[in-house]
Amino acid sequence: MALEIVESCVNCWACEPLCPSKAIVEAKPHFLIDADKCTECLGDFTDPQCATICPIEGAIVNELNEPLNPAGSLTGIPPARWAQVQREISAR
Amino acid sequence: MDLPTIQPRETSGCSAGSCGSNSSQMSGLSDDVRRRVQDHPCYSEEAHHHFARMHAAVAPACNIQCHYCNRKYDCANESRPGVVSELLTPEQAIKKTLAVAAAIPQMSVLGIAGPGDPLANPERTFATFRALAEKAPDIKLCVSTNGLALPECVEELAKHNIDHVTITINCLDPEVGAKIYPWIFWKNKRIFGKEAAAILIEQQQKGLEMLVAKGVLVKVNSVMIPGVNDEHLKEVSKVVKAKGAFLHNVMPLIAEAEHGTFYGVMGQRSPSPEELKALQDACEGDMNMMRHCRQCRADAVGLLGEDRGAEFTMDKVEAMNFDEDFLAEAMARRVALREQVAAEREAKHAKVHAPQPMGQAVITLHRPQKSALAGRPVLMAVAAKGGLINEHFGHAREFLVYEVTGAGAKLIGHRKTDLYCSGDDTCGEGESVLERTIRALSGCEVVLCSKIGYEPWGKLEAAGIQPNGEHPMEAIEPACIAVWNEMLKAGRLAPRQTEKQVA
Ligand code: SF4
Ligand code: SF4
Ligand code: SF4
Repeated sequence: MALEIVESCVNCWACEPLCPSKAIVEAKPHFLIDADKCTECLGDFTDPQCATICPIEGAIVNELNEPLNPAGSLTGIPPARWAQVQREISAR
Repeated sequence: MDLPTIQPRETSGCSAGSCGSNSSQMSGLSDDVRRRVQDHPCYSEEAHHHFARMHAAVAPACNIQCHYCNRKYDCANESRPGVVSELLTPEQAIKKTLAVAAAIPQMSVLGIAGPGDPLANPERTFATFRALAEKAPDIKLCVSTNGLALPECVEELAKHNIDHVTITINCLDPEVGAKIYPWIFWKNKRIFGKEAAAILIEQQQKGLEMLVAKGVLVKVNSVMIPGVNDEHLKEVSKVVKAKGAFLHNVMPLIAEAEHGTFYGVMGQRSPSPEELKALQDACEGDMNMMRHCRQCRADAVGLLGEDRGAEFTMDKVEAMNFDEDFLAEAMARRVALREQVAAEREAKHAKVHAPQPMGQAVITLHRPQKSALAGRPVLMAVAAKGGLINEHFGHAREFLVYEVTGAGAKLIGHRKTDLYCSGDDTCGEGESVLERTIRALSGCEVVLCSKIGYEPWGKLEAAGIQPNGEHPMEAIEPACIAVWNEMLKAGRLAPRQTEKQVA
């Protein structure tokens, strides 16, 4: 069991120093989690630390590919509103 | 909660309105604080004409979320705090700072303000400060923080002799805070809403108190968010002042949908220049306000309002080599320049104050008494760089706004504008941008610049703003005062109707 960092990661470094298993590596184009090392923080913390500080919705997913921070959960922006604004911007 | 009253002293810095912006800025400060902010371009309105600063982007991580920030957004044209185009390692930041300080002798301050929160990246931040304190001990170090990790860092900050800290404090009430901060990362958990805001507020206030107790200078920044914390900031101003912050800087919210921030996407509006000024005026009664803040980018380099960062990109800096002698020479140049500026300032102050009889010298230590003067205050926009009126109207990226009275000209803010002139003076199709510029200057009655085209002249006049190109290359403050005196003579400064009725 391990979490995974996907392409929406903005390389902000917030997760890296918190990992109790030293599983997070700086990489291009985005940070990565070493699946062999990640313990999902079991035994160290109640909440997986990387996903608990990560500011980007959808950047960290579990083995089922489900985001730990789904759209709207961190920014408070309703996904429908976000989609509407993106449409408005690209229509300009 | 009394404002510390200052006693007139023979050698204190300029306090007369006639010396310009420094007056109200510095009144109310102790001599010790006055001395310490004298050379700081971000803190002293006078110093920002003479000294440069740079910010090093070494701190990427953040431990909270603000509704006006999107960590993803990264644009070189944007001058919003928290945005950088180049993240540096501490080693790179040290080298870049030394390179800039060698090339720009005005360089006097290194700040770490982002792109995340410096104190959420303590190792990177303190490694940078440690090395610079050793290699360029004349450079002042400062740090800006959201305050969450501040209490645990105070000891370390004081150890590195960092005497300037800026805390962004937007609220004291968790109800208000919950509308600004969706979450914080706290003791290995993500905490949301009012509970999060309450912790953040408590940490900010504790940090402020601890820094003041240690003798560290603290400035407070607040972002004015209409309908969220605008009224509340008056209370914030009172409280942080009572706790010993020496400056309170109210900045307008910048929110655009394309920034992808909560406020931008949800359509939260920014304050108008008038609303901002009204709030700044309301807070000013309580403490020193700083109005020339440019909301500089976290990786900006140079004098306030300019950015020479492109000259010091990391590949250019990496190619440079400097040895001990080079660094020592560069430092000697900086120290010599500072001494020269100090001497010039002293001479200027001596000239202004010399003929004043003793009794008057005491009065000048207070804010200009508007009511005692024959004419009303006038807002003037100035296209200037480095303290001189040297910019073409169409080339100005921003205008400094001065409030001019018989007692002097006081810098109260700046208005950014989009460039509408592409180089030639005809300014062909930039009309809508010109209109936007005119809107940005609303409330100003005069605009001073080195030159101005025929078309914008007419449009400005039609909008009730008098263009003035008669003082090219002159120092801002005397020119503003001269224009004000002309207006007075022409009988244009009678108190406005409403004021007459009251009187
Ligand atoms: S879940 Fe925990 S162990 Fe796994 S990468 Fe994240 S912080 Fe490290
Ligand atoms: S905290 Fe999130 S966005 Fe930042 S580096 Fe880690 S995974 Fe990427
Ligand atoms: S503290 Fe700074 S970096 Fe962190 S969310 Fe707020 S504005 Fe962004």
